[in-house]
Amino acid sequence: MKNELIDFTLYLADNALIIGHRNSEWCGHGPVLEQDIAITNISLDLIGQARNFYQYAAQLINEENTEAKATEDTLAYLRDGWDFKNSLLTEHPNGDWAQTITRQFFFSVYQYYLYQQLQNCSNEQIAAIAIKALKEVTYHVKWSSEWMIRLGDGTEESNSRLKKAIDNLWMFTGELFDLSAYESVIYSAWNIDNDKIKNEWESKVKGILEEATLEIPVNATWHQSGGKTGTHSEHLGFLLAEMQSLQRAYPGNEW
Amino acid sequence: MVIIKVGIEQTIQSIWQLLESVCDPEVPVLSVIDLGIIRNIEIENDKVIVTITPTYTGCPAMDVISMSIRMALLEKGFKNIQIKSVLSPAWTTDWVSEKGKEKLAAYGIAPPNTKQVVCSPDAFAEEEAIQCPRCRSYHTKLVSQFGSTACKALYQCEDCKEPFDYFKCH
Repeated sequence: MKNELIDFTLYLADNALIIGHRNSEWCGHGPVLEQDIAITNISLDLIGQARNFYQYAAQLINEENTEAKATEDTLAYLRDGWDFKNSLLTEHPNGDWAQTITRQFFFSVYQYYLYQQLQNCSNEQIAAIAIKALKEVTYHVKWSSEWMIRLGDGTEESNSRLKKAIDNLWMFTGELFDLSAYESVIYSAWNIDNDKIKNEWESKVKGILEEATLEIPVNATWHQSGGKTGTHSEHLGFLLAEMQSLQRAYPGNEW
Repeated sequence: MVIIKVGIEQTIQSIWQLLESVCDPEVPVLSVIDLGIIRNIEIENDKVIVTITPTYTGCPAMDVISMSIRMALLEKGFKNIQIKSVLSPAWTTDWVSEKGKEKLAAYGIAPPNTKQVVCSPDAFAEEEAIQCPRCRSYHTKLVSQFGSTACKALYQCEDCKEPFDYFKCH
């Protein structure tokens, strides 16, 4: 159970860090100033969540092995691609604004329903982080939903780009509900209902896509997976190379 | 024994007063007391333990705030200081003091609504009207839920046309 708890905490942390880092790549490049600020604020929230989860994971790792000397920084900056457990969706490159919005929307809705259950779980620290983060995730769901509708029900160009983004990213959504071994152990110990999360996610996504004059790709049932157990797409390596370059070149550097 | 107890109580009271002078670096009119992030102050032997809670999980001001509290205590001669951070119960804008809300409005930031209006996840859900801190009009519009810091949203007044920050409900 202890190892599964560490893995699950790292999964939550890695998801938040990697999508947070992806969003931060928009800093200074957003379509308009207000949205540049919005997406980087969302980054900040997600990286803040990641810090909380990493701090807890580091504490658990150090309790198991006093030699480990794990910290939030070593977990974020000194692990390799195969150690990262984030879902493939979160590492997907930004693409255009429609791709970024779709990625955020799919992910935030997942986080929203997952954290709703985690906030009542028997692990006090995970519950405390979930309660706090849920307030922020609510804003992310609202913001990304509004953009989905604005783009889908916008111009011909925005509609076709959003449609392309949904077709492109849909195959990465199944992994979110495809439980890894460590999730299965945690979910049954904490009475987390994966089917409920999946149903709520599908119904929310379906509703917003309808408002956006689009549909979920019903025929696309095949899904990519592997991220949760460290088998990633080629994109993660490039992301880590950039994100970790400073700590790799100057270990322990502070500024 | 009684004298020592009174001494500790008085010291704790003086620390609460001292922290009135420690401000949020992002919103410098608010003290950490106004913000409601000081959860507890206790003294164990000669150690001062200040328990704080973050406003937002990713708020970069928290490290600066911890440091400022430590500096203020050091200046008053306290040597053994511990700043503890707790997540639960989660901070809410309900903990911003009435005085704090007045200071925010005077500074040009619309204070959080007194009635806690929690953000709804529903797209385009209507928010409660926000009063312009400049001309007091309620005829204002949301520009973006995300402003210059994690705790603020961007608004514009439709009457005096002034853009302003709103310390959003949380």
